[in-house]
Amino acid sequence: MADAGMLRFHVPEPEVRPGGTPDFSNVTIAEAGSVPRPDIEVDPRTIRDMAFSIIRVLNRNGEAVGPWAGLLSSEELLEGLRNMMTLRTFDARMQMAQRQGKTSFYMQHLGEEAVSCAFRKALAPGDMNFPTYRQAGLLIADGYPMVTMMNQIYSNEADPLKGRQLPIMYSSKEHGFFSISGNLATQYIQAVGWAMASAISNDSRIAAAWIGDGSTAESDFHSALVFASTYKAPVILNVVNNQWAISTFQGIARGGSGTFAARGLGFGIPSLRVDGNDYLAVHAVAKWAAERARRNLGPTLVEYVTYRAGAHSSSDDPSAYRPKTESDAWPLGDPVVRLKNHLIKLGVWSDERHAQAEAEILDTVIAAQKEAESHGTLHAGGKPSTRDMFEGLYAEMPPHLRRQRQQAGV
Amino acid sequence: MPRRTMIEAIRDAMDVSMGRDEKVVVFGEDVGFFGGVFRVTHGLQAKYGKNRCFDAPINESGIVGSAIGMAAYGLKPCVEIQFADYMYPAYDQLTQEAARLRYRSNGDFTCPIVVRMPTGGGIFGGQTHSQSPEALFTHVSGLKTVVPSNPHDAKGLLIAAIEDPDPVIFLEPKRLYNGPFDGHHDRPVTPWSKHELGEVADGHYTVPLGKAAIRRAGSDVTVLAYGTMVYVAQAAAEETGIDAEIIDLRTLLPLDLDTIVASVKKTGRCVVVHEATLTSGFGAELSALVQENCFYHLEAPVARVAGWDTPYPHAQEWDYFPGPARVGRALIETLQT
Repeated sequence: MADAGMLRFHVPEPEVRPGGTPDFSNVTIAEAGSVPRPDIEVDPRTIRDMAFSIIRVLNRNGEAVGPWAGLLSSEELLEGLRNMMTLRTFDARMQMAQRQGKTSFYMQHLGEEAVSCAFRKALAPGDMNFPTYRQAGLLIADGYPMVTMMNQIYSNEADPLKGRQLPIMYSSKEHGFFSISGNLATQYIQAVGWAMASAISNDSRIAAAWIGDGSTAESDFHSALVFASTYKAPVILNVVNNQWAISTFQGIARGGSGTFAARGLGFGIPSLRVDGNDYLAVHAVAKWAAERARRNLGPTLVEYVTYRAGAHSSSDDPSAYRPKTESDAWPLGDPVVRLKNHLIKLGVWSDERHAQAEAEILDTVIAAQKEAESHGTLHAGGKPSTRDMFEGLYAEMPPHLRRQRQQAGV
Repeated sequence: MPRRTMIEAIRDAMDVSMGRDEKVVVFGEDVGFFGGVFRVTHGLQAKYGKNRCFDAPINESGIVGSAIGMAAYGLKPCVEIQFADYMYPAYDQLTQEAARLRYRSNGDFTCPIVVRMPTGGGIFGGQTHSQSPEALFTHVSGLKTVVPSNPHDAKGLLIAAIEDPDPVIFLEPKRLYNGPFDGHHDRPVTPWSKHELGEVADGHYTVPLGKAAIRRAGSDVTVLAYGTMVYVAQAAAEETGIDAEIIDLRTLLPLDLDTIVASVKKTGRCVVVHEATLTSGFGAELSALVQENCFYHLEAPVARVAGWDTPYPHAQEWDYFPGPARVGRALIETLQT
């Protein structure tokens, strides 16, 4: 046997760094309408190739084509467009509010609006999402009041979470939105547990788990796949692959070697990949997965291929690790523009109406912001009481906390 | 009244709870068909079905994480970690999720789970079958931590823990599963059937969380102990002839400070005893609280007898385990100060 020589250590690098020209030529993208839509009772072994393709509905001409098209009416699509535009405007205003010092922190969804907005519409009342910090579209699309979201972001006196949580870590049981935690991936296995509980209780409700590409490297991602598969839990296992985990490209979580969807295959979980910037495709695939869960056919893993167009958070500067023009080069485009073009093609929308809608939405968001700010912002106006800091840890306050509350003079 | 071992008492607590409330589910590694490696869940699957008692993959974070999701749904999971030594993969879920869910969501979601785990040494368990990690739980805001020392309490405390609306860590000293143990490893072990605390009533009763029990009334010195060390302390008191008041804490958090303070104010001396390692152990908290609350009544420094600050060894089991001789010496020294 020949001398193998010295071992060499391998650290993956993105194709391009700042100063370079973005290049997504390595991203293989299936043509819209080309991926079949299997029956929900399909044998998972026969659709393994779907974990390596991309389900797309909207083509370059803004037409909805193929077997995954045709599920949504024009009215529903117009509502979807409005929800995505609202989320984008909300993000822009809150990002600015953070820069103005009205809150400490914010995280945008820029470029990923379709994923959570379209997904929400595939669920039924009572279903439960276990979101990350980048799925606020689930709330917007479900009609959760923007003022309440802003109250939480401002930690003001009307904050439903009493100032205890970092901005954007919302919670709304009523809207099927589980309390967000800062600890990545923890909610992925919790979603599976919730779904197991629904099955144990012979209920009809299902759960949706959410995770980003980077966090799939956490061990709870593996835990969730094992439990979901073992107990055939009625859960949709969502992976939002936006290519970036703060500064690390998806290759550091070992994306690119196979796909994130393909990780479900080893557990016998039907696993699909979908164009995350295609509102219609996201909705259609979510609907398919929800049907499977509801009919007791078990979990589905869905990878949404998208791009994090904005900074990771208000504390991040992406120009330090990726080219500034990279999001423009992203081959799947902008979800808002793509749905807008589709609606124009359908003859139910126009550039004028779009501009008008943008103005209306901005007015609505600004009105909500004014109302929220009347309850205070992080450093000005009303805020939760110091007493609230001690309350609500246990159902009943134990003696040692009572003593500490008294020491604090509240 | 029937006498039961601690294993039978804990099993009975789950049986009673599952019978009363269909929201109670029990799962963990080998917990279902086989009935647990310590037989604690034996028969529960046969009686209540696989929907209520089932085997889990070998994944502690998965067990606790899925239990949190179930609790958020509205069930009351009582899960098992096979040995407390193996809870570390679940530590993220326990400390960052279970403990804080009510607080961070302002009561929107709650986490009424119980996590049972066999704990403690004295069984030649070596490094990963002997640990006492209670201080890693008492340091976490939002958890409750319970350590029973006998079958009667084990049943009543576990039923109370399952009915509690918040997450409870339930540490079961496996050395006490079949009988009390005072550290005299060279003597035959007496079974629970010969011990009055082996009397376990049928049906439903609770022992409230947050209430200590005085196991031996005394006037010379207060001994704060829990789990196996309660019996070690009793043996040490008898063998030294020192009139120690022995308090079995039963719940470490919330802690029954009133009972502790009343006793130390009476005796003027305090020895804290636990199997866990000394530095930053729960004994440090107890010692600080006694000093803060009983300073003018103390006749001597608060003493601590604990496991050494080393991993739990195998061959040196009885050099490590704080037996009656070491506890007895601490009692004598405290009285001599």
